[in-house]
Amino acid sequence: MTDTLDHSDTGQEIGDAGFSLKSGVSRLFGSWRTAGILIPFLILFVVLSIASSPFLHTTNLINILDQQAAVLCIAAAGTLVLVAGGIDLSVGSTYALAGVTAGQVGQHHSVVWAILAGLVVGLVVGLINGVIVTVFRISPLITTLAMSYIIYGLALKVTNGNLVLTGSIPGFQTFTNSTFLTVPSAVWMALAVVVVLAVVLSRTTFGRYVVASGGNAEAARLAGVRVNAIKIITFVISGGAAALGGIIDAGRLGSILSTSGGPSLSFLVLAGIVVGGTSIAGGEGSGWRTALGVLFIALIGNGFNLLGVDPNWQQIVLGLILLVAVGLDMWARRARA
Amino acid sequence: MSYETLDGAPHRAAGTPGDDLVVAGVSKRFGGVPALQDVSITIKAGEVHALIGENGAGKSTLGKIIAGVLAPDEGSLTLGGRTLHMSSPRDGLTHGIVTIAQELAIVPGLTVADNVFLGAEIATGGFVRRRELRRRFRELAQRTGFALHPDTPAANLSTADKQKVEIMRALSRQASIVVMDEPSAALSSHETSALHGIIRTLAAGGTAVILISHFLSEVLSLSDTITTLRDGHLVQTVDARGATQESLIEGMLGRSLSATFPEKQFPAADGPVVLEVNNLCAPMVNHCTFSLRRGEILGIAGLVGAGRSELARAIFRDAKVSAGSVRLGGDDLSGHNPRRSIHRGLVMIPESRKELGLMMGRSVRENVSLSRLDLVSRLGWVSRIRERRAVSSLMERTTVKAASMSLPVAMLSGGNQQKLLFARSMMKTPAVLIADEPTRGVDVGSKRAIYDLLVEMAHEGMGIIVISSELEEVLGLAHRVLVMRHGRISAELAGRDISEEAVLEAAFTEISAS
Repeated sequence: MTDTLDHSDTGQEIGDAGFSLKSGVSRLFGSWRTAGILIPFLILFVVLSIASSPFLHTTNLINILDQQAAVLCIAAAGTLVLVAGGIDLSVGSTYALAGVTAGQVGQHHSVVWAILAGLVVGLVVGLINGVIVTVFRISPLITTLAMSYIIYGLALKVTNGNLVLTGSIPGFQTFTNSTFLTVPSAVWMALAVVVVLAVVLSRTTFGRYVVASGGNAEAARLAGVRVNAIKIITFVISGGAAALGGIIDAGRLGSILSTSGGPSLSFLVLAGIVVGGTSIAGGEGSGWRTALGVLFIALIGNGFNLLGVDPNWQQIVLGLILLVAVGLDMWARRARA
Repeated sequence: MSYETLDGAPHRAAGTPGDDLVVAGVSKRFGGVPALQDVSITIKAGEVHALIGENGAGKSTLGKIIAGVLAPDEGSLTLGGRTLHMSSPRDGLTHGIVTIAQELAIVPGLTVADNVFLGAEIATGGFVRRRELRRRFRELAQRTGFALHPDTPAANLSTADKQKVEIMRALSRQASIVVMDEPSAALSSHETSALHGIIRTLAAGGTAVILISHFLSEVLSLSDTITTLRDGHLVQTVDARGATQESLIEGMLGRSLSATFPEKQFPAADGPVVLEVNNLCAPMVNHCTFSLRRGEILGIAGLVGAGRSELARAIFRDAKVSAGSVRLGGDDLSGHNPRRSIHRGLVMIPESRKELGLMMGRSVRENVSLSRLDLVSRLGWVSRIRERRAVSSLMERTTVKAASMSLPVAMLSGGNQQKLLFARSMMKTPAVLIADEPTRGVDVGSKRAIYDLLVEMAHEGMGIIVISSELEEVLGLAHRVLVMRHGRISAELAGRDISEEAVLEAAFTEISAS
């Protein structure tokens, strides 16, 4: 048996060549999906810079990032779930459960245990989601919807409905609020999660398998991809990221409730992913664009506040943007078929 | 809405049998690429008019224009002297033109009768008149001779039965012209002959049938007139009585294909056995035993539903195997694990490239490297350079034509898509290749390229199993043929014993069930 790769060293390259600047630029702007979020994002950014003088202040920009740190983490992980052909509506509740668990554990144990306990809760929730979806073949929409009620119930049990304070836990605020280069650690963590997950999706074998599982699960399986394992891992990552988000906000805000996050957070995360051009049908998506999508929505909110526009409009505009994003995706799919 | 059309009420727009459809100077472009250029044909009432050509020749486009699915950029359609302006299949319907597409338009949740009358329900005040509907259904069933129960849920129907539903729907709309795009591609041979009967009946009743098909024997036996297209141009319209397979192929290719199959190069009779299947049992697979030698091409023939693909999947370890063993070069393959099979050197090209083979929206590169991504990556990190190099040499080897390896595979022709699956299977040269329907829906030129590839791979020492519904393909390629029936191997033919008659006899003859 000969390895065909051995003969290919002299093989002529088809397509663009390696790492040239041109190919990098074209990769960035080449796809309309990237342009579809990047251009509106830049336009909005420039418009807000001109229309509102406080907008461009470092404080304001860092504030936006700090507020979005949790959403960025959860959405970056949710992108993997969506690309693999799933959906995770339980992240809002997982966020709350992990946050209150960390807070409660922190009352009696060190902050390290508190954070670990919160993360483990999230990973376990993700594992359960993944197993139900793949082994028992229940639709991810229903699975994670049902799980979100269960998790919410558990969070109520853990807290008895009370506010959980994290401000009194030594080290908890250091974890989220200490600054490096004037940027809070919550933002650095979010940045790290986004970069790692985006690179995992676009450059690793695991990322390829995620895309293949969502693009055509049956074909991927026959091509030797462990589709179920891949899908379970995406749910585990999503659960872990939701937990990290909950812990970050619990520390950042000094307290957390069992009713924090919830469905509105799940939907906000989903909106960010979809506005970023990730297909709701799976098999297509990028972590970078998700980050832009999340921040785009955040900029709209921030802009409305700064410009003093009636905040009710914010929801309406967000809804319209979502429709446009999904419409563009559908149009692209149809154009291809 | 009016439902009078079912009775052929006075206001019916056009399409009385007897009218000729004249297509004059029709051109169509897709995004600047011409798909049809200045094509003119006349479809006479009551004739079977075949449209043939390689994939991408424009025959489906022409069929869609005739049915009103696509509007031509230039040129006109006239029916009985009246110019047709159609922009949707519904417009086609009002002129009595009906399409039966490759992808069947059946609502699985509705019954057979509901599907037949879909969109033209017999109703008063919004309530369906069930008794009247059944009466009409029985009439239609009698006319066509189809034995379908009106209350069967359509989801339970076989592909052939679904096609019958579509044909009944066409007839219920008083169709005067029926466009059939590859109607027999998914049918077994006895279903195909039933379909041929229906086509003849339709034509005898004055309905014109436009038949788009890859099967030249089918075209020759059914058609009155044959139009050949090549690269969007009309090559010829000929009387079917004067045509032969050779003359048609010559017209399609613009050159003659001297031999359809490459010469057989028999392997050494004492070559090492690379695959041993012993008493294998799985769903639809009963006690199958055979072996495969290095360099051998083993054909598996049989009717659709005889268990050929199921056998392939059981060997590939993608089915619940209840008994028996599969040994690959002395190694036992066990469990339910296609991934392990691939890594041990057994690859399978599945029967349906769209559903089971490719990620249609993803690039050529990603599709080719998928199953052995580990060969071009280190510690889970994909090396784009190594991947490009590997994929590009495989594309060359399998003669895939694509403008770029970053192109989504949906943009490629069926033949190139099929070749991509071969490229994927050769990321690491396997010991055994199972090719299930390797040339389904592929044009004549690509077919030959795939045959050459199979022969070349066998010559290099792979053991190859070819499963095909096209008997001539099995006969033309295989060194040895297994015939399956009811999940069993009912005959093994080698050397001079391989003949069409022997295969058909084994495929159709009942073996006493034990």
